[in-house]
Amino acid sequence: MTTLTLAGRDASIIAWRNLLNLSRTPGSMIAAMVQPLMFVLLLAYVFGGSLGGDDYRTYLMGGIFAQAVTFNAAFTALGLASDMDKGLVDRFRSLPTPRMSVVLGRTLSDLTMSTVTLTVTALCGLLVGWRIDAPPHRAALGFGLILLFAFAMSWVGATIGLTARSVEVAQSAGLIWLFPVTFVSSAFVSPAAMPGPLRTIAEWNPVSATATAARDLFGNAPPPGVTLGDSWPVRNALPYATVSALVITAVFMTVAIHRYRRITRG
Amino acid sequence: MTTEDDDHAITAEGLTRSFGSRQALAGVDLTVSTGTVLGLLGPNGAGKTTVVRVLSTLLLPDGGRARVAGHDVVREPDAVRRRLGLSGQYAAVDEKLTGRENLYLVGRLYGMTRRAARERARELLRRFRLEEFADRPSGSFSGGTRRRLDLAGALVARPPVVVLDEPTTGLDPRGRADTWESVRELVREGTTVLLTTQYLEEADQLADAICVIDRGRVIARGTAADLKARVGGERLSLTVPDPGHRATAHAVLAALGPHLPETGERGDRLTVPTDEGTLTLERALAGMRGAGVAVSDVSLAPPTLDDAFLALTGRSHVPAETGEPPPPVNAGPGGRGGAEQAAAPAVAGAAGGRGDRA
Repeated sequence: MTTLTLAGRDASIIAWRNLLNLSRTPGSMIAAMVQPLMFVLLLAYVFGGSLGGDDYRTYLMGGIFAQAVTFNAAFTALGLASDMDKGLVDRFRSLPTPRMSVVLGRTLSDLTMSTVTLTVTALCGLLVGWRIDAPPHRAALGFGLILLFAFAMSWVGATIGLTARSVEVAQSAGLIWLFPVTFVSSAFVSPAAMPGPLRTIAEWNPVSATATAARDLFGNAPPPGVTLGDSWPVRNALPYATVSALVITAVFMTVAIHRYRRITRG
Repeated sequence: MTTEDDDHAITAEGLTRSFGSRQALAGVDLTVSTGTVLGLLGPNGAGKTTVVRVLSTLLLPDGGRARVAGHDVVREPDAVRRRLGLSGQYAAVDEKLTGRENLYLVGRLYGMTRRAARERARELLRRFRLEEFADRPSGSFSGGTRRRLDLAGALVARPPVVVLDEPTTGLDPRGRADTWESVRELVREGTTVLLTTQYLEEADQLADAICVIDRGRVIARGTAADLKARVGGERLSLTVPDPGHRATAHAVLAALGPHLPETGERGDRLTVPTDEGTLTLERALAGMRGAGVAVSDVSLAPPTLDDAFLALTGRSHVPAETGEPPPPVNAGPGGRGGAEQAAAPAVAGAAGGRGDRA
């Protein structure tokens, strides 16, 4: 077996173990379900009510999908940090399994969690009036794009988890970056209303591109009063979102695996 | 594989490793002959765990070389990992998984098929008397059971070399006895074992050879008997109940020469190394009688490993930071009072060539 197929095999074994762990930790399963529910209800009725009612609620969903799966990166950070803390990473590192398989296993199990998150979010969306107004293949592409983005964000979480000095640090550091990343975007509001530099960041934020592309693929048009502007990332949302997810994955995969190799605690 | 590698399952030469400004390993040399047990003995912070982490490829050394089962730990880590089973200081079991699932997971990561991993897990559960825990989450296990499961995990791939980092720290006497029996069984099967311990008795009980490590250096090596012999002679110990007599008693023992007596922690027990055995005993008692000093609990015993440790490091043996008392040492009452100050007899510093295992 080549290293890559071996890594894939071992990663799926690690992912199995992670999912078994999750299924026996009802608290984290519930958190993963309740979190999207909370986002949909809060955003749909707190923001939605004042910003444009039903049309806005439908429009919001693309942003909520992107935000909900991004927040799952916190699970990746926490999962790896607590495996290190309990000595399990040492156990895995003493076994003849490729270096990347433990981290890849974690990002794969978190991708499974993101699929759950996405399903719950979509069901909640349907309850508050969101509808897909596009052919099935485009809708599938939309969900696929969101999961690709979830996978990319998970590698950022992995890097944080493997860099943090303790589980507590991983927990707070793994969460805190998610707020600016998801809110300085066009996920919920129009960047046009933001001050200059923030606006540019929001326009180029991959979260914005993912939300915009998903809306487009689901056939959810912006409601009156929301303008996304005419910037390059808006006009090319799908290719930009895809490429940025791939680049983020490549960069943070490299960094996370490098961190994993160099764990020198003790 | 060279011939030397056939004889030595583990060799390390000049291993160094620092963490920031703290030097954990200051040039460690050690060899473990194939099929034997090497006890790496030292106090907390001596560098034992760092040696273990380097040998098991978890940590790169700054300098030096190490080979395990004929493979270099830095250049061929995967070959080493396939041949070395590690049971770390903190039982690394997945608390949410059952005993069986933990072993199955390790088996699968060694590349076994599902079926082979299941079968191997079953065998090990039986061997380590873990069957009643097989299907319970390991988070509910006692410390001893967890350690047994962790040790079983280290043996999944039937490795020729097993490294155990403080395998009995924190265990109750029953757990300790179980672990010792497991180690003996491994040796009977021809496995080479390196174990670290802070417990002198453990090294004495299990190890064919002992390396005493202190502050990142091997300061002595040999068999338990060699180490005791190097400390020289026997130990004459006696208790002086009356505090007013202690200074006199000390002077009497000192006059016997050539060694100076040490005073135990509580101040009432005096110990002096002697090369003349019973003759010293008679002289000491006569001297005490002449000086009018009442003594009790007089003993003459061969040196314990504690004495050896004291003599080699200039410090008494300090037990685990966990506050866990060391196991009782099977030796006479003398010698282990934890003297503040080292008498440091003729035995000085590091010695012994390489591979001087008996």
